[in-house]
Amino acid sequence: MSVEQEERAIRCLVAKVGLDGHDRGAHVIARAFRDAGFEVVYSGLHRAPEDIVQAAVQEDVDVLGISILSGAHNTLVPKVIEGLKEYDAFEDTLILVGGIIPDDDETELKELGVAEVFGPGTPMEETIEFIRNNVPERA
Amino acid sequence: MDGPQRDGSAAERTPELSDRDAELVEELLAGSHRALARVITRIEDRAAGHRAIVSALHGHTGGADVIGITGSPGAGKSTLVDKLAAAYRERGDTVGVVGVDPSSPYTGGAVLGDRIRMGSNVGDMDVFFRSMSARGQLGGLSMATADAVKALDAFGKDVVVIETVGAGQNEVDVVRTADTVAVLVQPGSGDDVQTLKAGILEIGDVFVVNKADMDGAERTLAELEEMVHRREGPTTGLDTGHHGFDAPEHPDDPTPSDGEAASGDAADASGDDAPGWTPEVLRTVANTGEGVDELIAAFDAHAAHLRESGEIEATKRRRYAEEIRTLVRSDVGALAAEEIERRGGIDRLAEAVRRRETDPYSVAAEVVAPIVDCVETDRE
Repeated sequence: MSVEQEERAIRCLVAKVGLDGHDRGAHVIARAFRDAGFEVVYSGLHRAPEDIVQAAVQEDVDVLGISILSGAHNTLVPKVIEGLKEYDAFEDTLILVGGIIPDDDETELKELGVAEVFGPGTPMEETIEFIRNNVPERA
Repeated sequence: MDGPQRDGSAAERTPELSDRDAELVEELLAGSHRALARVITRIEDRAAGHRAIVSALHGHTGGADVIGITGSPGAGKSTLVDKLAAAYRERGDTVGVVGVDPSSPYTGGAVLGDRIRMGSNVGDMDVFFRSMSARGQLGGLSMATADAVKALDAFGKDVVVIETVGAGQNEVDVVRTADTVAVLVQPGSGDDVQTLKAGILEIGDVFVVNKADMDGAERTLAELEEMVHRREGPTTGLDTGHHGFDAPEHPDDPTPSDGEAASGDAADASGDDAPGWTPEVLRTVANTGEGVDELIAAFDAHAAHLRESGEIEATKRRRYAEEIRTLVRSDVGALAAEEIERRGGIDRLAEAVRRRETDPYSVAAEVVAPIVDCVETDRE
């Protein structure tokens, strides 16, 4: 019945978790997402998993991009996923991980519910395309 | 304060709440963060059904103090909001924050950065922080913000803070949806204070010199004081450095003011006829939290003033009048847009005007004619 025009935007949270001060990549990604027309919330550095969960839930993001270069992904990512489940926000959030992730770990993360892992050198367009094609449909 | 008001006389366009949305509203009222977040998304998207949701929530609103914070980029708004939220939490209030950031007019994309500064409240779910972007709707941003505030209010937040860059009319409209508005200025910004004169100065109930430990703070404070008192007029305000915060507290007693302030000494500054509010000028250092308690005291004093003078009712009426107008304008505009489409689209009409076959006035009259007809038939 609404005659108003719907104004949907893809919302992303770009998150840095744990003791990892390398955020150049996260900044570059955030800007690329912005230029792709997404609305990007950046978490800031050194966030605990529960902070990320809080942000993802409150901001109701479609996409959660976690950037980890510290090697602690096997500890931190599961905690984030657990938290999202707790708030009933896991199902319709597309979870991406960027950083240096060994192949074995990648498989494991994907089993946990990470949609894709993007390593160093991934072209920006590839990530953006992936999001456009896989962003969860929300009725 | 009862639920969704749907009376029988409702016309066919009265927002109808779908079952799923009714559930969402229930969940929000029951305290689900997820539902609150989802409702705000629907509001932001102007998604189908959002109107029914907001109208179902309306009956549950009115409990929150709504505070607007504006100021130029870099004035320290986000940092101050973070400290404010923490201070409110300390005294047991729950807090909602809506941080509004501009978006690119070209791609629609935005980096919403206010959240980075929310360091004092991470992990505290009783501070609900939500970033919103100006999605380029004309007048839509203030509507979306006001609706998001309603969602937070209905959720049960004691205080809702709207934070926005004070850059243009759009942003001014946004903070206007607040009951109390604080304008943030940084020291040494002589020119800033100058630009404040136009538009923003009038809406400030409290002026804050943030980063008050920096050079030039005293001067900026003095300039603001002077400006505030000049606004008050030449005869008043000469001795209003402080007016007490000890105004009587009767939160549940909205005195139908007849222009008579309840207590004699609280209103000493402004005379008898209009118990006006002289804007406070305060100093803060958001980084360290200095002055935050005083700022909250000023917000409380202003809220008490609004209640006691009865001004709050006038303010709310004015705001709702504006909302009604915006909605009606947008609905009628949408009808007109459909009619334009039916007549071959705006481009074709514009081209006809360019060829001098017709003129804008005639086109507008033709487009609106069927709407006018309907209204006139309906009236008879």
